[in-house]
Amino acid sequence: MSAIVQQDPALLETNPPLVLGNPSYHDLSERISTIIEPEIGQTPMKYWITLGVTASITGLLGAMLTYLAVTGIGVWGNNRPVGWAWDITNFVFWIGIGHAGTLISAILFLFRQKWRTSINRSAEAMTLFAVMCAGIFPLFHTGRPWRAYWLFPVPNTDHNVWQNFRSPLVWDVFAVSTYFTVSLLFWFTGLVPDLATLRDRAVTKIRQWVFGFFSLGWRGSARHWRNYEAAYLILAGISTPLVLSVHSVVSFDFATSVIPGWHTTIFPPYFVAGAIFSGFACVMTLLLIARWTLNLQDLITMKHLENMNKIILVTGSIVGYAYCTEFFIAWYSGNIYERFTFLNRAFGPYWWAAWSMYTCNVFIPQLYWFKKLRTNLWVMFIISITTNIGMWFERFVIIATSLTRDFLPSSWWFFHPTWVDMCTFLGTIGLFLTLFLVFARFLPLIAISEVKGVRATEKHVFPAEAGEMVA
Amino acid sequence: MSLINIIQKPNGPKYWRSLDQLANTPQFREWIKREFPESVTELEMDGSSRRTVLKLMAASFGLAGLTACSRPVEHIFPISKGVEDYVPGKAYFYTTVMSLAGQVAGLLVETHDGRPTKIEGNPDHPFSQGAATALAQAALLNLYDPDRSAKVLQGTAESSWEKFEAYAKSLSLGDGSGLRFLSESVTSPSLKALRADTLKKFPKAKWVEYESFQRTNGPLGGEIAFGSPVSIQTNFDKAKVILALDSDFLGLDWTTPLPTKQFSSRRRVQSEEDLENINRLYSVESQFSITGVNADHRLRLAGSEMKQFAIDVAAALGALPGLNVLNNGNDRRSKFLAAVVKDLKSAGKEGLVITSPRQPPIVHALAFLMNQTIGSLGNTITISKATSEDRVESGVDALKALAGQMNSGQVSTLVVLGGNPAYSAPADLQFPPAMAKVANSIHLGPDVNETAAAAKWHVPEAHFLESWGDAATGTGVASIQQPVIEPIFGGRSALEVLALVSGSKDTKGHDIVKNYWTSQWPAAEREKTWRKVLNDGVIPGRTSLSLSKDEVKLKLDLPRIQAAVAAEPKAAGGGIEVGFVPSASVWDGRYANNGWMQEAPDPITKLVWGNAALISSATAKAKGLEDGDMIALRRGGMKLEAAVLTQPGQADNTVVISLGYGRVRCGRVGKDAGFNANLIRTSDAFWYAPGFEISKTGGKYEHATTHERGLAEHMNGRPIYREAIIEDYKKNPKVIEEMNEVPPLHSVYSERVYDKGYQWGMAIDLGACTGCNACVIACQAENNTPIVGKNQVIRGREMHWIRMDRYYVGSEDEPRAVEQPVPCMQCENAPCENVCPVQATSHSDEGLNDMVYNRCVGTRYCANNCPFKVRHFNFLNFHKEDPQIMAMVFNPDVTVRMRGVMEKCTYCVQRIEETRIKARAEGRREIKEGEILTACQQTCPADAIVFGNVNDPQSKVSKLKKQERNYAMLAELDIKPRTTYLARLRNPNPELGV
Repeated sequence: MSAIVQQDPALLETNPPLVLGNPSYHDLSERISTIIEPEIGQTPMKYWITLGVTASITGLLGAMLTYLAVTGIGVWGNNRPVGWAWDITNFVFWIGIGHAGTLISAILFLFRQKWRTSINRSAEAMTLFAVMCAGIFPLFHTGRPWRAYWLFPVPNTDHNVWQNFRSPLVWDVFAVSTYFTVSLLFWFTGLVPDLATLRDRAVTKIRQWVFGFFSLGWRGSARHWRNYEAAYLILAGISTPLVLSVHSVVSFDFATSVIPGWHTTIFPPYFVAGAIFSGFACVMTLLLIARWTLNLQDLITMKHLENMNKIILVTGSIVGYAYCTEFFIAWYSGNIYERFTFLNRAFGPYWWAAWSMYTCNVFIPQLYWFKKLRTNLWVMFIISITTNIGMWFERFVIIATSLTRDFLPSSWWFFHPTWVDMCTFLGTIGLFLTLFLVFARFLPLIAISEVKGVRATEKHVFPAEAGEMVA
Repeated sequence: MSLINIIQKPNGPKYWRSLDQLANTPQFREWIKREFPESVTELEMDGSSRRTVLKLMAASFGLAGLTACSRPVEHIFPISKGVEDYVPGKAYFYTTVMSLAGQVAGLLVETHDGRPTKIEGNPDHPFSQGAATALAQAALLNLYDPDRSAKVLQGTAESSWEKFEAYAKSLSLGDGSGLRFLSESVTSPSLKALRADTLKKFPKAKWVEYESFQRTNGPLGGEIAFGSPVSIQTNFDKAKVILALDSDFLGLDWTTPLPTKQFSSRRRVQSEEDLENINRLYSVESQFSITGVNADHRLRLAGSEMKQFAIDVAAALGALPGLNVLNNGNDRRSKFLAAVVKDLKSAGKEGLVITSPRQPPIVHALAFLMNQTIGSLGNTITISKATSEDRVESGVDALKALAGQMNSGQVSTLVVLGGNPAYSAPADLQFPPAMAKVANSIHLGPDVNETAAAAKWHVPEAHFLESWGDAATGTGVASIQQPVIEPIFGGRSALEVLALVSGSKDTKGHDIVKNYWTSQWPAAEREKTWRKVLNDGVIPGRTSLSLSKDEVKLKLDLPRIQAAVAAEPKAAGGGIEVGFVPSASVWDGRYANNGWMQEAPDPITKLVWGNAALISSATAKAKGLEDGDMIALRRGGMKLEAAVLTQPGQADNTVVISLGYGRVRCGRVGKDAGFNANLIRTSDAFWYAPGFEISKTGGKYEHATTHERGLAEHMNGRPIYREAIIEDYKKNPKVIEEMNEVPPLHSVYSERVYDKGYQWGMAIDLGACTGCNACVIACQAENNTPIVGKNQVIRGREMHWIRMDRYYVGSEDEPRAVEQPVPCMQCENAPCENVCPVQATSHSDEGLNDMVYNRCVGTRYCANNCPFKVRHFNFLNFHKEDPQIMAMVFNPDVTVRMRGVMEKCTYCVQRIEETRIKARAEGRREIKEGEILTACQQTCPADAIVFGNVNDPQSKVSKLKKQERNYAMLAELDIKPRTTYLARLRNPNPELGV
């Protein structure tokens, strides 16, 4: 109690500790490692039930993709003029979600935002899984998926196809595959010290061997730490531009085209902001669930959550500003096609999709101006869900509804999704959750070594029971 | 003997290899048939044997096709020795002729190794002039219709030609008092000759001609006007002012390309002189027709009110002394009438009043009278006395009389030669039950249709590409119908069956036709002339468009017309008027099993795979109806349930429904498509039936259209389709260019210049194009474009490489409509090309936007980025359900695309390459101007499409593109389309406003 008196209460209010409960380093290792050590803590039944459900949904994805590959794109609702509909909507949606991970790991790392430590591991994992889900769509949306490898600059002697480097789809291939590779490396590098911890704690031969192999002989020597920190910093440096570039490149798919509603220079920053927006919302959803089910309240604190909500508020407002700009430019350009497209977007047959997106992405996040609301777990859980609904609609509105009514009214048509469209999307959600559940069971959900680092600092700022006071 | 039997006939000594084979003897088959009548089909036509047959056919047709031009093929041999001048894989062309609804068009049939693969117009035939209508071209697919009749049927049991021949001989016809023939309109001179012989042989026999759409009212009108039936020939090219009274001469009322050829010749404004010569078309009609689309002024009027309108016009022209028209009204009709009368009077002999075969004889008589009054009779319209034949009657009244005789037991033998009267006869005649009362009824038809079901015997009819025949136009232009393939399903022609039934000496079609014609020629030149006729497709000396000289002898009988006018009952008002029109797609139902036509969008409604009860927007609102609502149309005891579709510009209080749909006994394609309008059609109100009641049944129906309804039917202020009033254009020829959204664009990059060698381009004259769909079918046949089916059209996946866009201009009640053919624009800065990740679409040196199917992975990015949406994606394997026989219709010069690849118009690159090869083979480098015709250009009846080398300033296309009215659609995107449009110039009457 004495220590707390020395602290400025205002500082505590604005900058509360990031690790609560005054744990020792060993406590932290125990706390995080036992979750994934079934030999010590029993895997709960509800985990298996949940995994069973998500795995079945993943099975549904497999069935849908097989049906698609065997029958043709016609099993989806795509048509002429709507060549891309749920497929590319889902692709951009998942890629967008995948943005939070790298942002948290790389940019926040470079800006020395310590609060990233408890959430970065799961956010990075989420990034990888989201990019995997995203990758399914460009592959299977091709009419002949068995030829999709022609998009890669690999030798294909059958037709000597040289890629068209003017096509944004080729840029996509490079952007997304680079992003995935770097994210994977970054995630793995951060994992190495923790894997060594797990190796050291392992009681079975298999765990010893597997963790031993992947921890790359980590012994925690100062030399290791020095190399590790340097590698991590370099990877953070490489990743940072990727956060901005990947979604910029994805937005080029649309921005470089001639279609009104697509042909917009504002897209790169607008897409990046939207991606961070949706990514944070998705991290939020998953973290809240993990926090509840695994009792991680003292590691994922209200400060973490509130900071994320602030980012959601900022990016949501940027997205809202972009919407306004689009409307202004459509009017200001004097271009009849552009004007029509935006009027049609808001008041045409798909008004409901557009207004769902405005509501979910712009209006609802404004609630976060109020501290009471942004620190309320239920409010943030619901908003994290509506944000992702809104962001899905944003992609649908941009991609599909712009195509339904472009230049020639004679080719206007409506888009109706089929049950295959829906089941495929549902299936990717199943895949995403399955991968996340497997990750949560086999790898540390929170970066043990980094939290220890945070704890090392906080030990001096917030000694003893300080955390309990605030909690 | 059918081809199938020939192929299955064993050659060489008969060793048997198994008991199964031994058992496959005629005796065994007979026994099987007797024991298990149901299983016969399986045994004879199971999948494997059919495949074998088709494989063999493909291999062995080479000779069949080759020899067809000179002598009949009775047997088929493989080509074991080379045939002179025959190059395997090269296309050969044969002339033939087709009749539809009593009109005749000369055709040119392209064959590949003995398979007919495309129908084109015969350039030497004056009624075709190289063009062919959509219906004529699509007749090719009927040839390969897998559901065609392949068997002689006695009742429902299978029989054989031999048995039928025996049966025909056994008929005791006596003097023919119980013998009746029922056929469609006969245009064949040799059939007419054989008919005359037959009727001579059976002095009490009678012959009735009937079909859904028959041109009997014109001749009957002639009878009122001139006291004798007449043949009519119209010369639209000589007319400056045309009043079309319900006449859809550019669409359904003529089945030859001639009226469009003639009319459009005065709409293609290319010089100062053309500006003065442009014609003006007034159209008065109830439903929106192609003629209405092309009219400068259109008045919507219920079909039954047309008669009064004709009387009023005639009176106002002063043609009916004593009758005054009260012309003080200020409504649309009065203003229209006054303007028309004034214009017709000033046009004088360059005027033309024309009406429709769907209008009663009195309107035709009045039209003759009006033409006489303004002085155009003999110039824009010529008539001659028509010969009438004894005991041959035409039309619905003749059919009604026949049905009466059948019901009263006067008919013992009915021979139905073609057609489907059990389906197409008016409902009040109760034709199928009447047929049941006839002891011996024989039906010759291409498929086992409703009539086949009602007849005691059904025999399969050969397609016109399979059998010998001939046909002559009303003006006497005669052609030989030359077969290009053996009867695939073993059918015979009407000529052969008539010869059989009447016990004629010659029974082979070839002999009958050849003897008929050669006997008219000097003996020494017979063979030579015959060959020349087959080559040219027209009988020499009979190629004229004008009628014979006895037209002078005909004198108009005014008192007779006046008496007829006075005797006409006043139009019975009340209720809803139902109008019947032949379908632009399936005609009277004979194209119901034809996928090309089922999927060819109706020119106005854009409906496919069905018809609808068309109703004006105002009437729909008044009755509380919406698109897709099921309604019941009732009159007397008749009832038809059909789905509503609102049609802007249709006369109020009318329902228009096209014939030919709702077939019950039909093949896999046409079964249950649409609603059968014949169920409420009666002989007394054959075309326009007033007094109907409409009630909503509460049901809903999903129409398949290729255009979205509502907002998408208008251009929304976009300069897509451009037109100008001719006076404005004269004052300011830049008026079209000024419609551009943005000033000319300049790229910041140095752009590729296409100025070497051939640079292909196209110009489409919107002023000439009528929107007839001929190019759509030509393209489909040439480029192996798949048929996708109704559900896929509803999903928005139709595949036509050239489509006909239709927009409405103006209010919902009084709109105009415009038609715009849209193929690939072959943009120089093609937005599709830079987005393809695998370079499956890229530019050729000659400016073609090439599509490489093999490379395509199917991202569909190109289609998304195409501002014209002319790229079509194979969403599914659209050829998966093609019957095996469909393989025969494909053009071997064009790849059949697999699923998952993009396709689009190529400017018929196969034709370009073929011509290039030909030019090189002939030792010249240069491809001559006009040597390459794209499929759409070749068949266009309006000559609206011109293709050629835009790098040659002397080429036709270059000259057209230099015209002031040339514009590029969506030029504001700086995509530089190679296909440009020539804006339409309208010529409205200033007195009526625009």
